[in-house]
Amino acid sequence: MIRKTEVEETLKRIQSHKGVIGTMVVNAEGIPIRTTLDNSTTVQYAGLLHQLTIKAKSTIRDIDPQNDLTFLRIRSKKHEIMVAPDKEYLLIVIQNPCE
Amino acid sequence: MPLKAPRKQSVSMGRGARKRDEDSGTEVGEGADEWTQSKATVRPPDQLDLTDAELKEEFTRILTANNPHAPQNIVRYSFKEGTYKPIGFVNQLAVHFSQVGNLIPKDSDEGRRQHYRDEMVAGPQESARVVLSDAGNLDEDEEPKEPAIEAESQIDMAIAEVAEKVAEEELMTHKQPKDRKLTNQFNFSDRASQTLNHPLRDRECQMEPPPRTNFSATANQWEIYDAYVEELKKQEKIKEKEKTKTPVAKKTGKLAMRKLTSMESQSDDITKVSQAAKIVERMVNQNTYDDVAQDFKYYEDAADEYRDQEGTLLPLWKFQNDKAKRLAVTALCWNSKYNDLFAVGHGSYDFMKQSRGMLLLYSLKNPSFPEYIFSSDSGIMCLDIHVDHPYLVVVGHYDGNVAVYNLKKPHSQPSFRSSAKSGKHTDPVWQVKWQKDDMDHNLNFFSVSSDGRIVSWTLVKSELVHTDVIKLKVEGSTTEVSEGLELHTVGCGTAFDFHKEIDYMFLVGTEEGKIYKVKQHRPHQLLIGPLGPEHLGSLKYLTNPVLTDLSAHQFCKASWCSKSYSSQFLDTYDAHNMAVDAVTWNPYHTKVFMSCSSDWTVKIWDHTIKTPMFIYDLNSAVGDVSWAPYSSTVFAAVTTDGKAHVFDLAINKYEAICNQPVVAKKKNKITHVQFNPIYPIIIVGDDRGHITCLKLSPNLRKMPKEKKGQEVQKGPAVEITKLDKLLNLVREVKTKT
Repeated sequence: MIRKTEVEETLKRIQSHKGVIGTMVVNAEGIPIRTTLDNSTTVQYAGLLHQLTIKAKSTIRDIDPQNDLTFLRIRSKKHEIMVAPDKEYLLIVIQNPCE
Repeated sequence: MPLKAPRKQSVSMGRGARKRDEDSGTEVGEGADEWTQSKATVRPPDQLDLTDAELKEEFTRILTANNPHAPQNIVRYSFKEGTYKPIGFVNQLAVHFSQVGNLIPKDSDEGRRQHYRDEMVAGPQESARVVLSDAGNLDEDEEPKEPAIEAESQIDMAIAEVAEKVAEEELMTHKQPKDRKLTNQFNFSDRASQTLNHPLRDRECQMEPPPRTNFSATANQWEIYDAYVEELKKQEKIKEKEKTKTPVAKKTGKLAMRKLTSMESQSDDITKVSQAAKIVERMVNQNTYDDVAQDFKYYEDAADEYRDQEGTLLPLWKFQNDKAKRLAVTALCWNSKYNDLFAVGHGSYDFMKQSRGMLLLYSLKNPSFPEYIFSSDSGIMCLDIHVDHPYLVVVGHYDGNVAVYNLKKPHSQPSFRSSAKSGKHTDPVWQVKWQKDDMDHNLNFFSVSSDGRIVSWTLVKSELVHTDVIKLKVEGSTTEVSEGLELHTVGCGTAFDFHKEIDYMFLVGTEEGKIYKVKQHRPHQLLIGPLGPEHLGSLKYLTNPVLTDLSAHQFCKASWCSKSYSSQFLDTYDAHNMAVDAVTWNPYHTKVFMSCSSDWTVKIWDHTIKTPMFIYDLNSAVGDVSWAPYSSTVFAAVTTDGKAHVFDLAINKYEAICNQPVVAKKKNKITHVQFNPIYPIIIVGDDRGHITCLKLSPNLRKMPKEKKGQEVQKGPAVEITKLDKLLNLVREVKTKT
């Protein structure tokens, strides 16, 4: 229980940070479990980033099977998308760093 | 009329017999014609021509009734005599042909019986037949030219005609029966009937097609690798299982597994991203405080080149937490292993406003929120992080308790905690410090309090065992209240520091402004056994063979006695006029230490000389001093007027090279300062609960200038000589005067 609230609080803190546009948790199938964005955007982000993460992971592991992807940061003109692949879930945070 | 006689007979015998006779009759007629026509003998072409003599030759042949093929030497086993015996009597009969016929001799019994039966059946019609046949005979007489072949049909026709005539003439009541059908000659019947056949029907139906899936995959190198790793793990597990086949162990293991699984299933999915969430939080922070991070890493104040000696402090992050809003920062300590992590103790220095305390651990990577939060009922006055075990934090409380927090354990309660029973201090604990592990590899630390005791605490299993190391007394202040009653004024320890090299030598600063140099003799050096005073409480756990001679009680006493005389005051320095806030040994030079006090001064000492080497007056109560880890001559001091002072004795031994207010409001008093062990940054804490991180400008960490053709020397030896040079100047002056 303590752990759960801890994580909830962490997510809340992340969301409350300035510049953070949205946070979402996506499961292994690419289905969003929780999100702070609207439905269509979430589905789009989740689907695309899930695929991208799998590809990135596959790439890293193909180069060296003992290696693994721990993090994915995508810097764009407008946003930074941060993808944290955990064992079963993806935590995706979209931030506008220049705000 | 040769035909006549057999006909009459045939009528009586029945129709079948008559027919046969007629056939033979016709043959006879035709055959007679052939015989009359040709009498010449016909010879086959290959017939031998024999002479008359040959023809007349006689062949004599004896015919016997013996079968030439019959065996003549048959033997049969005779059970009676037990031997094979030849059988002389052989059957000579040979059958060449046999056939079962249906002709019955007329004279035999069977023939007569059949005859009789036929007569019985034909009896009633016989009379008519006789008449008929008579009439037929008449007709036939009238037409004798008719050929014999057509005789039958002719007769039949005639019979029919005559029968009609007779029927009309004689007016017979019963009808003339037609030709009787041929009865079953062979006594067998053939009967057929059509059964009802079920009509054939075709019925078809279509079922749903079975589900089909297309499966395709590519095997990557890492997938293969993963499969192998999994297989290896499985094998290891099986091996382990075989090893631990004791039923008890198995049970407990299983139970634990079950518990684990149940716990896992209970916990919400979201907890699994906890690690990821933490990392992301740091990244978000990194993005928002990007400029600060850049400054921390790369910014060097260019203006320093134009300043002569002075440097500046560049404020970086500010740390604060709502939960510790109105609590003063009472202690700061960097983590020895993780250079970005530091612990902050929150409490209050105000005697009137004591409340709760907080222990927070911040990381530079996440300035917005502490990594760990522990709260306590009593204010925290001091803390220390273990060097070898960076997850252990010891804190001293205002109420005199000490407690050890384990960062690895998720709950917010301390792992170890002293109590009134286990020798807690009676006054606020002003400083705690981890010590090297003792002989039994137990963790231990010292604490000093204003109740005058310095206590060594040992972590034994789940207990905190205390040993009083020394009691501070104020020399010469024993006041005689009445006759024979001496009142020792207790010295109130406020700070202490252990010597870096000489074990068991330490300095204690007191509220009265004195600093004591204390040498502690460890009793185990005097005794045979390898036991120190910190073992006293743990005596029951010991199984040391050395102890076998001594009873535990005796040993206790011996050890206690020796301990009580073990510590001695080597020196007393009349350092300050007010309470000593901090004493600290120089990290390089083993003889030099520094003290600061609320009497506005910072003093630097050589511990062999009773008077200070350097005295600096900072115009305000000095809360804390700290040596820089990178140079023997650099230190920082913070004062209650909100200023930080950085000195480099090598550059300027008269005044600070940086003198800068570092807190937002003037009201805020700075309480503590600490150098980061690696990065050129300091953290300062104020009495409002804020912690500010500041970067030292290049001037504040200037190393000795490079001279041409000379290598820049580095290392502790250089640092020691650098400080020694300075001290020698002062020493010379002192000895002269």
